[in-house]
Amino acid sequence: MNFPVLSVITFTPVVAAIIILLLPAQRKNEARAVALAAAAFALILSFWVYFHYDQAAAGYQFVETYRWLPALGISLKFGVDGISAPLVLLTGVVMFTGVLISWGDDHPHVMAGIQDRPREFFAFLFILAAGVFGVFVSLDLFMLFFFYEIAVFPMYLLIAIWGWVVTREYAAMKLTLYLFVGSVVSLVGVLAMYWVAGQNTGVYTFDMLEMEKAGFSQAFQNIWFLPVFLGFAVLGGIWPFHNWSPDGHVAAPTAVSMFHAGVLMKLGAFAALRVGIMLLPQGAQTWQWLIMLFAAVAVVYGAYIAFVQKDLKYMIGFSSVSHMGLVMLGFSTLNQTGLTGAGVQMFSHGVMTALFFAITGMIYDRSHTRQIPELGGMSKIMPFATIGFIIGGLVSMGMPGFSGFVAEFPIFMGVWGAQWLVAVIASISIVITAAYIMRNIRQVFFGEMPEKLEGHMTDVTVLDKVAITTLCLFMIVIGLFPSFMVPMVEKGVENILRLLGGA
Amino acid sequence: MFTSTAFASILPEILILIVGILLLVVEPFWKEEQRRNVGWLTAGGLFLSMIISLLFGQPGEPITTLGGMVRFDWLGFFFKQLFMFAGAATALLLMDNEKVGRRGEAYLLLLASLIGMNLMAASADLVMLYLAIETTSIPLYVLSGFMLADEKSTEAGFKYLLFGALTSTIMLYGFSLLFGFAGTTNLYELAEMFGSGGLSPLVAFSVLALIVVGLGFKVSVVPFHFWAPDVYEGAPTPVAGFLSTASKAAGFAVLVRLFFVIFPDPQLDLARGWAMTLAVIAAITMTVGNLLALPQTNIKRLIAFSSVAHAGYALIGVVALSQLGAASVVFYLAAYIATNLLAFGIVMAFSRVTGLEDLKDYSGMSRRSPWLALMMLSAFLSLAGMPPFAGFVAKIFVFAAGIQAGYVWLVIIGILNSIIGVYYYLNAMKYVYLYRMPGEDEENHPVPITRPYAIALAVLAIGVILIGTVFAPWFSWSDAAALNLF
Repeated sequence: MNFPVLSVITFTPVVAAIIILLLPAQRKNEARAVALAAAAFALILSFWVYFHYDQAAAGYQFVETYRWLPALGISLKFGVDGISAPLVLLTGVVMFTGVLISWGDDHPHVMAGIQDRPREFFAFLFILAAGVFGVFVSLDLFMLFFFYEIAVFPMYLLIAIWGWVVTREYAAMKLTLYLFVGSVVSLVGVLAMYWVAGQNTGVYTFDMLEMEKAGFSQAFQNIWFLPVFLGFAVLGGIWPFHNWSPDGHVAAPTAVSMFHAGVLMKLGAFAALRVGIMLLPQGAQTWQWLIMLFAAVAVVYGAYIAFVQKDLKYMIGFSSVSHMGLVMLGFSTLNQTGLTGAGVQMFSHGVMTALFFAITGMIYDRSHTRQIPELGGMSKIMPFATIGFIIGGLVSMGMPGFSGFVAEFPIFMGVWGAQWLVAVIASISIVITAAYIMRNIRQVFFGEMPEKLEGHMTDVTVLDKVAITTLCLFMIVIGLFPSFMVPMVEKGVENILRLLGGA
Repeated sequence: MFTSTAFASILPEILILIVGILLLVVEPFWKEEQRRNVGWLTAGGLFLSMIISLLFGQPGEPITTLGGMVRFDWLGFFFKQLFMFAGAATALLLMDNEKVGRRGEAYLLLLASLIGMNLMAASADLVMLYLAIETTSIPLYVLSGFMLADEKSTEAGFKYLLFGALTSTIMLYGFSLLFGFAGTTNLYELAEMFGSGGLSPLVAFSVLALIVVGLGFKVSVVPFHFWAPDVYEGAPTPVAGFLSTASKAAGFAVLVRLFFVIFPDPQLDLARGWAMTLAVIAAITMTVGNLLALPQTNIKRLIAFSSVAHAGYALIGVVALSQLGAASVVFYLAAYIATNLLAFGIVMAFSRVTGLEDLKDYSGMSRRSPWLALMMLSAFLSLAGMPPFAGFVAKIFVFAAGIQAGYVWLVIIGILNSIIGVYYYLNAMKYVYLYRMPGEDEENHPVPITRPYAIALAVLAIGVILIGTVFAPWFSWSDAAALNLF
């Protein structure tokens, strides 16, 4: 493989951000066009990577290595496996649809999309996207951390500048501080791993494939697993460090909510898996019960809090906490079924929640309220969005035939295998989720439209429909043809199990 | 005695001197409105000096020249390049300063203090060291109080002078005691005395303490930081930028050389005692600097306190007393010089147009001047330690050195402090990006920047990003410099 496809994917958003910034400020549409073109390009390349990943060969593929700082063993090393290839694809999808729904609409009643300083908006969003791609493809721990931090700081600006006026300053700062604290806690662990691995093997390197063989002692793993895993898992919205997440979702502009819930939370879970569980497998076994406990609480508690929300975005925000809890629950099983389910769930939840936030944004832009009781009858005005939301709802409930089932069923099976009681408790969340999803679909999309909304509402734009269709397609395809993704994730899981078993 | 090596060892200083003489010759013949061009001459001259000394003045094996006065090695060389870079940038930033930019003597004072800094970085002898420190300080006292009509500037100059004189006296006392006990002023001979236990531990500890007072003032660590915010606020802003970057780095150059030469073996009792002392100073410095930066509403004071905190971070590398530690300090200072000069440069460019220096005056800046706002974002995120800017890798390297040496607690304090830092740096960016000017008519209030500012800021911003992304060459240089200490 000569074409450096992964670095092209990673640096496409950076180049696009620079081009967009160099455009004159009045050229808003040109800025949007460049953004869309770059997003489409990245999406096509991530598809290409996904379909050209050789499942028979498994392992890390499309590997590129550039010496970056040999003195400290830092290299720019990219590669994907069965876990990260779907996540690269997910990022491509969310980036593409996020740009689509940020395009805007000139209708007088509609304040859709990004009208204020779109150049800066897309530039910051793309820097964020570059960071996300970078984390998913990095095989070097230093670079992983580097990209991780790049993905964190643009969130502050994106939320504080373009967010919901009421809470944006508070939410943006809360989010940034939570994530920054989490990442620096992990950093101490990462540096400790670097030195100890170097002492054990005699070779000081940040290459994770080498660090896997470092032979960390049981005591070392027990000490450092929790800071590393939890530090990253903060971004994954793990209970009890989830509090920043719903606030951030609510305050963020639509495309940023999509990125935030769709991709960024996966970033935390992914880093926790790759650095925490894969490099410190024995530590993971020691602390398995604690992670499982946190995750189970998140699953049920998140669903319950979502159930009592009146604000549509808070509801989705807490449902994300619940669904990301399922991902963590899958991780905590440390067995094949659970981990596979968690891998698929990351993709499924990413697409689903991006869709939810996109449609919520479309509704809010037109009705200027997100209070569930003040909404109603949307299906008459925006039938297309209604169908999209219902599909998302079915995924969220874990209905067979949709991606949610393919993901959640193995997770519960895996949990049952590890600790049946937790599976029973966590399954309560399915009932609660079904209840709040169906109640909200009925209230928001059907029934009578409140009087003050009459005449204000318009249908979603063509670009919005393209975005909704794209997202729905993935959920249905995975639901009907699990072989589209499951075998791929299984290949990645095999590698994790090898590390766990070799412990 | 005056061989070609000896010549090469002070080549940068000779070149700076030539620039200074040229400036003195040319300036009187220029009319008042042309005198601003002295800035071009200074910056260009320093830039040329950098290139010439890079081409002809590279050190080989470390060697002591000029009768044991000057050490010719990569550590000194790298610092000299940094100082000249900072000097050139400061000269450009001075040019359009209303009160200082057209006065030739300001540039001459800048050059004089640069010569002092260069010699500080290279001194191998206490006598030379003291002369160099004074050569650096005296022009800076004058520059700080340069705006005679301005009360704050006069106060800044006087305060700086008093503090500087006091601490330098204490340091000189330490030097004289050291000479009295050891019978030599050469740093490398002194190191042998320390190594062989020729000095009783108590004496060695207290003499070093006196010297650290003087150096602590230069690098403004707590408790010798009191002067910094007042002087930065009162002094002409380009001078404040220069004080907080080059002058601080010069102090570190001496500190690094002193401690690494005297303590080649970090396991010695005395070395461990001093490492612990410096660790405590670093922890207090970071914490005090950051906590005091939190409530500031004036942007210059904010940067002043943050620069106190940054001295604390850099000190972690000295505490480690390892090769990586030394390399990380040097790297940290390179990153910090570019970043902080950028921050000060933006403050200057902004207040030249608006005349305002409070945080709230930056409201709506991203609409008034998107590029200036982006550069300010780069500078502040770099100070906060976010990638892809220089501050991120620099911080990771010092933290890595700290953990390697076993100072996990110090690194944790450093990390807690970075979190405080993130809060107030981002808070400042909130004004720039989020808030609006009273009247919301930013389009009618652009912030035009003149050519010298544009050049200086662009070079610094690119530098901040380059150091933060392509960090291998800079690190190799820092590492080569550190290697000379072992």
